Amino acid sequence: MADLTCRFAGITSPNPFWLASAPPTNSGAQVHRAFEAGWGGAVWKTIGAPVLNVSNRYGAWHHGSQRMLGINNIELISDRPLADNLREIAEVKRAWPNRAVIVSAMVESTPEAWHEIVRQIEDTGADGIELNYGCPHGMNERGMGSAVGQVPEYCEQITRWVKNVAKIPVIVKLTPNITNIIGPARAALAGGADAISLINTINSITAVDLESFDISPSIGGKGGHGGYAGPAVKPIALNMLASVAGDELISKSGIPVSGMGGISVWQDAAEFVLLGATSVQVCTAAMHYGFRIIDDLCDGLSNWMDARGIADLNDIRGKSLPRLSSFQDLDLSFRAVARIDADKCIQCNLCYAACNDAAHQCIDLVNSAGKVIQPGYSERESGKRLATEDRPKPVVREDDCVGCRLCHNVCPVEGCIDMVEVPSGRQSITWAKLSAEKPELTNDWDAMKRYRDAMGIHIH
Amino acid sequence: MKSDAVTSAPLGELLTPFSDHEATLEANRCLYCYDAPCIHACPTHIDIPTFIKRIADKNLLGSAKTILESNLLGATCSRVCPVQELCEGACVLGSDHPPIQIGRLQRYAMDAIRGRETQTVSIGDETGKSIAIVGAGPAGLSCAGELRKLGHAVTLLERRAVGGGLSTYGIIQLREPIDIAIGEAAFIERLGVKFEYGVELGHDKSLAELRRDFDAVYIGVGLGQSPDLHIPGEEWIFDGLRLIEQSKMEAAPMKLGQRVVVIGAGNTAIDCATIAKRLGATDVTIIYRRTIDEMTAYPHEYEFAKAEGIRFEFLAQPSAVITDEQGVTGLTCQRMHLGPDDSSGRPSSIPVPDETFVVEADQIIKAIGQVRHPLASLLGLGIENGYITVDENFETTLAGVYAGGDCIRATGAASTVMAVQDGKLAARSIHQAIMGGPS
Repeated sequence: MADLTCRFAGITSPNPFWLASAPPTNSGAQVHRAFEAGWGGAVWKTIGAPVLNVSNRYGAWHHGSQRMLGINNIELISDRPLADNLREIAEVKRAWPNRAVIVSAMVESTPEAWHEIVRQIEDTGADGIELNYGCPHGMNERGMGSAVGQVPEYCEQITRWVKNVAKIPVIVKLTPNITNIIGPARAALAGGADAISLINTINSITAVDLESFDISPSIGGKGGHGGYAGPAVKPIALNMLASVAGDELISKSGIPVSGMGGISVWQDAAEFVLLGATSVQVCTAAMHYGFRIIDDLCDGLSNWMDARGIADLNDIRGKSLPRLSSFQDLDLSFRAVARIDADKCIQCNLCYAACNDAAHQCIDLVNSAGKVIQPGYSERESGKRLATEDRPKPVVREDDCVGCRLCHNVCPVEGCIDMVEVPSGRQSITWAKLSAEKPELTNDWDAMKRYRDAMGIHIH
Repeated sequence: MKSDAVTSAPLGELLTPFSDHEATLEANRCLYCYDAPCIHACPTHIDIPTFIKRIADKNLLGSAKTILESNLLGATCSRVCPVQELCEGACVLGSDHPPIQIGRLQRYAMDAIRGRETQTVSIGDETGKSIAIVGAGPAGLSCAGELRKLGHAVTLLERRAVGGGLSTYGIIQLREPIDIAIGEAAFIERLGVKFEYGVELGHDKSLAELRRDFDAVYIGVGLGQSPDLHIPGEEWIFDGLRLIEQSKMEAAPMKLGQRVVVIGAGNTAIDCATIAKRLGATDVTIIYRRTIDEMTAYPHEYEFAKAEGIRFEFLAQPSAVITDEQGVTGLTCQRMHLGPDDSSGRPSSIPVPDETFVVEADQIIKAIGQVRHPLASLLGLGIENGYITVDENFETTLAGVYAGGDCIRATGAASTVMAVQDGKLAARSIHQAIMGGPS
């Protein structure tokens, strides 16, 4: 069985799954139960300045019968007394010496305040400190959270204050609510951070109530943007992780990245690792289903590693980063077409509608005699047999298929529509190379036409 | 899922209504197929994926509007349609999953707007033309409503006291409560159709009068009573459709026998047997002169009947009712075997010489189909095989007289939803004819 042990900036945990700093890590009793369930680590819900919370703090985005594809929250940092948190952190760490106990913190932006909180955290015996530069609501209005994370200079300054006194590893947690995540990431590095974690939650409004016109959820008739998380944000998190982990300065420094944002299943975790994460943090999935999901996460990841012959996650960390490319370095001569497995096709014909209305009109409906059939029915005919016997099947005209992949994405049957690589008959060429060799192609449609004709590129 | 739940009343509606939660879950399961086979399979071609999507979107008025656009009797059809043979039977999920429960979703949408159906229908400008419809069953109601939508004045003549036809009088409550059928007729009335009850064509009004007073006439009179069996003791046999009617119209609980025999193996026979069983009969036997392969009941109805504990005696033909001073004690049956195909295209049923047997019974019900309506010949309309002859426009051999529903369609192939489609298509033909458009 694969060894899931995670070594992160000097912090060791039996598996790479940490509960993110959030409601599931609000108290000693919760973290204790999470460790009993098998979580490798927990980042304590942010402690620091005194706060008061409101009711109706979590909004959610549901789709169809899928609940909580996204959750948004305006819950603040811990509203429990600092002393209670510190005492419970110490108790939990004493009881679970082999688990990662990291404490998220956020205080007023003065060196004194930060020095004080660092000292208090270190007194608990915790393994590390996570600086919360991400909270996008409430705290930022008081000059904390994302108000820091969005300004690289503040980011660097506070990191340095902390690092000046901290004896345990310091992780800087970044906000995604910024145009270029590299700025604050490099600032954290410059400030001396031992590690980076990302992403915090994304500014969002989940809904408007169509009865009352209130922002939903409504707090006494008012509402505001909250931090968005959950499965829906995973693609955004992966992109930001790849940017940071793939950044020249960050990767050269060797500081580890803890990845988070919508991780719900083991596959998500493996993807985060392949894009450079050393540990992964989970929140929404635990909020949705409880701590028990850790079993599935570890089991699935471990079985996948065994099946692939991967002994240690370190062996695959960042393995997909070299595959990242800008558009101009992609091979313009690579060609893939959609191929529909007629045996698996259930003839819902969603691919036909998508291709015909929204893509490139290269799927036909064909009956068993090979005749192209137009959609529609006769008003005088009906019945199950008529409707199902010889219902035309969608067939791709491969010569016309541009390989857009829309049909593959809409098909509800697993493995029914595959994108198949076919020879284009052209030599590999990238836009970077082509535009350097033939600059006229970048601004002259006639030149482009001549090039296409010469290369046999026909766009219908 | 509660799809198999049975209501507590013995004759109450078999399937419970979907809760909001069930409906949303089921609606979200629909793939929203393009050019969906369920639409092809539906005789009225309801845009099923669209009405289901609107349930998922919680736009129930819009959902019902989509249904009613194609089928004004959507509430009845959602309950009585043989969905296994139509929309649900064609569902693409059916091959490896349970198909979408289209019937129950349609019922959910129709129930949601009950009493305000007219909000979904717009009536065209008055044309000044008038049409007489004979018969307030599904074919007549559908035709009347469609003609009103086109702006015509419509008068509907019904010989009975209540509208709805077989939906009201001939469908057991397990499938459709009577208030649904009556409510549907009321909806058509609210569209502005003038109903005249207790008026029988050929008795209170002549066809000549209708042709004189209206721009067109549409006949949707259905079929007649069960034919006679011509066996000794026939007077002791109770008519199946009358039994169903009593089960719906009479307030007092019905008294049925303990050992009941039902003659015939169509869907009405199964309905009668079901009522008998549910009202407390210990033994209920359906006897049929052919075999399981020839019976006209749908396969899912046969399975339902077996699950209800109803026994089937195939290859048996009644030959005499046995009685004593108390009444019926049994039915003598002749054992049959299958022979060459007869004129109906099914194997004939031939007596096995000297082989008879007795099925003990204290009540005998017949449900062997309905005879063709004698009205057709009385009216001087062309008939074929007993059914009124119509052309592709549903026009009879008399100009300006149209017909649809069971009275033009051979039993077995007939269904409520086909009658609704007949009425809809006939309305369009009538409209084109009287407005001078292309026929």
